[in-house]
Amino acid sequence: MSPTDQDDLVYAFDIPAEQPWSRILKKGQTLRIIDSEGEQAVDALIYVAGDTAERYSAQDTLRVQGSAYLELGTRLISNCGRVMAQITADTCGRHDTSAGCCSCESNAVRFGEATRYLHACRENFILELSRHGLTKRDIVSNLNFFMNVPIEPSGNFTVLDGPSSPGNYVDVTAEMDVLFVISNCPQVNNPCNGFDPTPIRVEIRQTPAA
Amino acid sequence: MSAQGNAQRAAANRRRYEELRAAGQELKQLPAPTAMDGAPITKDAIVQTEQVPPGWHATVRLSRGEALRICDDLGRSSASLLAWRNEDPCERINCADTVKVQWSAALSKGRMILSDMGRVLLSMIEDTSGAHDLLVGGSTADSTLKAYGEVTRNTQANFISAAAKIGLGVRDIPPCVTFFAPVTTDATGRFVWHGERKRACDFVDLRAEMNLIVAVSNCAHPLDPARPAATTPITLIRHRLPPPAADDVCRTASPEALRAYAFTDQLFA
Repeated sequence: MSPTDQDDLVYAFDIPAEQPWSRILKKGQTLRIIDSEGEQAVDALIYVAGDTAERYSAQDTLRVQGSAYLELGTRLISNCGRVMAQITADTCGRHDTSAGCCSCESNAVRFGEATRYLHACRENFILELSRHGLTKRDIVSNLNFFMNVPIEPSGNFTVLDGPSSPGNYVDVTAEMDVLFVISNCPQVNNPCNGFDPTPIRVEIRQTPAA
Repeated sequence: MSAQGNAQRAAANRRRYEELRAAGQELKQLPAPTAMDGAPITKDAIVQTEQVPPGWHATVRLSRGEALRICDDLGRSSASLLAWRNEDPCERINCADTVKVQWSAALSKGRMILSDMGRVLLSMIEDTSGAHDLLVGGSTADSTLKAYGEVTRNTQANFISAAAKIGLGVRDIPPCVTFFAPVTTDATGRFVWHGERKRACDFVDLRAEMNLIVAVSNCAHPLDPARPAATTPITLIRHRLPPPAADDVCRTASPEALRAYAFTDQLFA
């Protein structure tokens, strides 16, 4: 896809497997996250660009929506109750915001000490946030695009195989200027990304897709 | 690593994942709920008692090994809770890991509440209710405006106030757990409120596994149709406990629990 046939494409980048990324998304701009090879979980944090104490809140988002999963039309709510962004396109259909991100520490608890010294999203987030003057304190809740985490009426909670196919994408349109941070999930211990991290593509357009 | 090596590693990881899931879900034997008249606290074990009026909040410091009883006195309240490690408040409650590690969004007796550092903050050693919320969180100015047509006292404001009084800020307020909030999801993921499961005098006993600062907010849960005026006091009782037995149900509930408590104990080794 070249800028000539997508006039409003202002940015595109392939985030390598296991790597973090961040960029300011201006109000009205749309971030397209493309799961290039399929079955990849994409962990994300969102902050208000001018005041990072205001940030994405999973619980506020779930409460306002009345539902445990993110989908087309979901408004992403801040800890101050404001709409930061909205999911404006979605070819996958299933995204999570309850399961958090992997970390060296939680991996060691979940899968044993042998998994402690592996790449993890929290490490990615800390490194990427450090470029913006933010710290571990600022990782309070995150989104997991393309991650299938069904919650049963019993409460049973499982991370299932990544539901996305190669080329599946989700569009997030900013309702205010936001700092968007991604960890291209390095997790190799659960099936959220088929135990095999792969690259993803991010594209920013001036307007939502028609 | 070769493609074949990668495939073998992925297959081994999947096998381990499925084994842990079976242990965490299919074979899990959790204890029965505490009886309403069970687990009495003797007078000499009580360190501190506080009744929190509707709409208000309290902050309690707990030493490792002490417990906090939270009682829904008249069965009309919910108690939202945050916890930070006393010596390093950068370590705090992590609802997502609490759910993920235990393969369940349903808290009940025998469960643990985890920090973001793979350690246990609180053990649910007693629980009469078994109906708590880890997903939706507490009330906010917006939720009360929407529900009641006015901004009332709410958990979000309570937590900001509680955090400020111990030198923390909005950045230090992660998702919270809410006790006595019977929330489940239906088959499509919609949240459902089960008000009939609430009873007067329901209580939980939370044993501190490290030195903690705990903030508790007494506000109606945002899914609770009760108006704020209908909510009632909660009682907080900080009390001493004997050391956990070798077969302590929380500490031995699963392979994940064994590891989480071992990592926590290392802080005090």
